[in-house]
Amino acid sequence: MNLELNGEDLAFQEEVRGFLDEAWPRQIRTSYLAPLSGPDKNRISETQVYFDALIKKQWSVPDWPLEYGGTDWTVTQKYIWDRETASAGCPVMSAFGVRMLAPVLYTWASEALKKRHLPAIREASVQWCQGYSEPGAGSDLASLQTKAVLDGDHYIVNGAKTWTSSAHNADWIFCLVRTDPDAKRPQQGISFLLIDMRSPGVEVHPIYLLGNQHTVNSVSLTDVKVPVENLVGEENKGWTYAKGLLTHERTGIAGVARSRVLLQQLRTLTQTTIQDGGSLSDNRSFVEKVDAVDIELMALEITELRTLATVAKGGAPGPESSILKLKGTEISQRISDLKVEALGYYALPYPDQLLSDNEQKIGPDDALTTLQAMLFGRASTIFGGATEIQKNIVAKAVLGL
Amino acid sequence: MDFSFTDEQDLLQESVTRFIQNDYNFEARQQNTVHAWGYSKENWSTFAKLGWLGVPFSEADGGFGGSSVDVMILMEQFGRGLVVEPFLPSVVLAGGALKIAGNPTQKEKLLAGIIDGSSQGAVAYSEPQSRFNLADVATTAVADGDNFKLSGHKAVVLNAQNADILIVSARTSGQQRDESGISLFIVDPKAAGLTRRDYPTVDSLRASELILENVLVAKSDMLGDLDAGFPLLEQVIDEATLAVAAEAVGAMEVLYKDTVEYCKSREQFGQPIGKFQVLQHRMVDMFMAHEQSKSILYMAAIRMDEGYNALAQKAISALKVQVGKSAQFVGQSAVQLHGGMGMTEELNIGHYFKRLTVLITLFGNTDFHLKRFGRL
Ligand SMILES: Cc1cc2nc3c(=O)[nH]c(=O)nc-3n(C[C@H](O)[C@H](O)[C@H](O)COP(=O)(O)OP(=O)(O)OC[C@H]3O[C@@H](n4cnc5c(N)ncnc54)[C@H](O)[C@@H]3O)c2cc1C
Repeated sequence: MNLELNGEDLAFQEEVRGFLDEAWPRQIRTSYLAPLSGPDKNRISETQVYFDALIKKQWSVPDWPLEYGGTDWTVTQKYIWDRETASAGCPVMSAFGVRMLAPVLYTWASEALKKRHLPAIREASVQWCQGYSEPGAGSDLASLQTKAVLDGDHYIVNGAKTWTSSAHNADWIFCLVRTDPDAKRPQQGISFLLIDMRSPGVEVHPIYLLGNQHTVNSVSLTDVKVPVENLVGEENKGWTYAKGLLTHERTGIAGVARSRVLLQQLRTLTQTTIQDGGSLSDNRSFVEKVDAVDIELMALEITELRTLATVAKGGAPGPESSILKLKGTEISQRISDLKVEALGYYALPYPDQLLSDNEQKIGPDDALTTLQAMLFGRASTIFGGATEIQKNIVAKAVLGL
Repeated sequence: MDFSFTDEQDLLQESVTRFIQNDYNFEARQQNTVHAWGYSKENWSTFAKLGWLGVPFSEADGGFGGSSVDVMILMEQFGRGLVVEPFLPSVVLAGGALKIAGNPTQKEKLLAGIIDGSSQGAVAYSEPQSRFNLADVATTAVADGDNFKLSGHKAVVLNAQNADILIVSARTSGQQRDESGISLFIVDPKAAGLTRRDYPTVDSLRASELILENVLVAKSDMLGDLDAGFPLLEQVIDEATLAVAAEAVGAMEVLYKDTVEYCKSREQFGQPIGKFQVLQHRMVDMFMAHEQSKSILYMAAIRMDEGYNALAQKAISALKVQVGKSAQFVGQSAVQLHGGMGMTEELNIGHYFKRLTVLITLFGNTDFHLKRFGRL
């Protein structure tokens, strides 16, 4: 047993650092490590420059197979990549195309669909959103009701999707739809369909989340005509594709690298927050709470590495991998709570979010974004399989209960 | 041993409960927050008419009660309704300061307006560096003839934008964190040298940063004795802590009950999600957190009514610890059990969660009061 990276991995780490120094210069990093407090034109163009560099280097989708423009990195190298980019505060390409749809496409879709969509995802030129959840189908996703009826060379789609992240910025939506209402099990009548958001009959309505944050939407689909070639794989196999994807997606799910950055911010906030003439770091009980979550995070880092090591040897992820999302979200929520606690009274102000850049902040610089992150972070134990559902799965699949 | 209310208290509870039920549903509450001043003026005059604004004051002071239990009864119902009208900053804080520290002239001049609702108050006690330490006062008040000159920065002052009466703590002697040497002043919000930056708070209420630059305050507008403001302020804040704890208890009651109702009606996997045992246990924990908070709330209110002393102070800190922990658990659990719906601005649940986040912080968080409990 040892925790050291081998020579090859160290060389890779150097290469990544060298690349990031050019593509994502240190001068701009500090401002990105602080959470974003509003629309910022500089950031949009700097992000574009960085994405362009990634694309040119063919590093924009490292998890994809080489033949589709990915890399042949080992799991350790992917881990190094995640860690380096998170600690440099690099922007991340939207997960919906890159991490969620693409693996379904390159595993199950027709050549035509692959050709049409994979390059655009890799180059971030087309934005995707995920249309799974419905008002009546959340944790029980298989009960979804949106219908697609074959009519010549088109499907006619009717239904309502909800909680659709980024639908208001998306060009396309990948949907789970019901194609066989009479299937024996509800899972067996579901298909995986790609829908152009500009199709007549698609309407997007904003849903405002805590603190008036607009990230999710409801999407209504009324007699939407979808060409039959937009069906991924076979009809009524959509559930298998969607689920297969969930078991594939292991790395990064715990958000360990991101939590490390947040924890570092918490440590800084502890030092800069004044209490009784000294700083909050003189407050033992507060520091002990930070230490405790640090230790939890260390354990999770190693849990993730254990998973990676098994996979690197060609094995299937062990039972420990099932706790990555559970623990990862618990830890990031805990860090957020402590950041809010550190703010004291300055956790209260919630000014109009469109404070201009030259307007003075109220309280510490990132007070507002800290609060927003805490509020939004409550969702992390709800989406992507709520904590209760994840534990049900672990109880059944891992413990055999 | 007796935990029952008097007949008058029963009546008070009935009237405020009825008001919340009939006139303060969630939609109405949300509507009240959109005004620039942050509340409904109509409700404010109703509060005055019903005598609620006089509840914390003795009859001698022109009020209608004066007991902590009375205030608790009101605030618990305000918590259920998620009331945004500035009862806490105006009546409990500013009114409380006048009640505790005012001389007969000051009371005569100012309390009547607070009680009939024609004027409002705010207390500026916190500063950017003070956190929850009421003695950490960098704002200075320097004697200048018949006046004091006040300079400094007061942070997150609740309701300052609506206040006709501003009460400000400032240092008249001693070092920045000395308990002695602090004095309280009644400041005219329109005084020269006073600037305000108003903003909404996360719970849709209002607060302000106040910058004072050589603001002149007449010596006759000092509240209480020179250098002796700290114990007065501490008492005002302890009364306010009881009030916000009662509010939190009311809010927690709504959260656990609404969550139970939601879990009975929301179906997934062909059954109400309330059938899942893990959610049942979580809701039992929410219920227990509420009951335990309510118990300690009663204890603290009784102690405060027995007399303001170390025992009462200790009870208040115990209360804030219990309520702080419970409110965090109940708020987070209610959001979790509502799934995506709990995250929305549309549903009441998230708004209770946000208000509880504020109440957990106000007048000292769990960490602060746990330490104070140990010291007392
Ligand atoms: C911010 C955010 C972004 C999202 N983005 C997307 C998106 O882009 N695309 C998309 O399709 N969906 C998205 N979702 C939806 C998300 O996947 C659902 O919210 C999630 O599946 C939970 O469903 P629900 O909200 O209907 O809650 P419900 O399923 O109603 O659950 C309510 C509560 O009951 C519990 N529960 C349910 N069943 C059980 C059980 N069997 N045992 C024990 N407890 C149970 C849950 O854990 C939860 O606590 C998003 C949600 C949020 C909040």
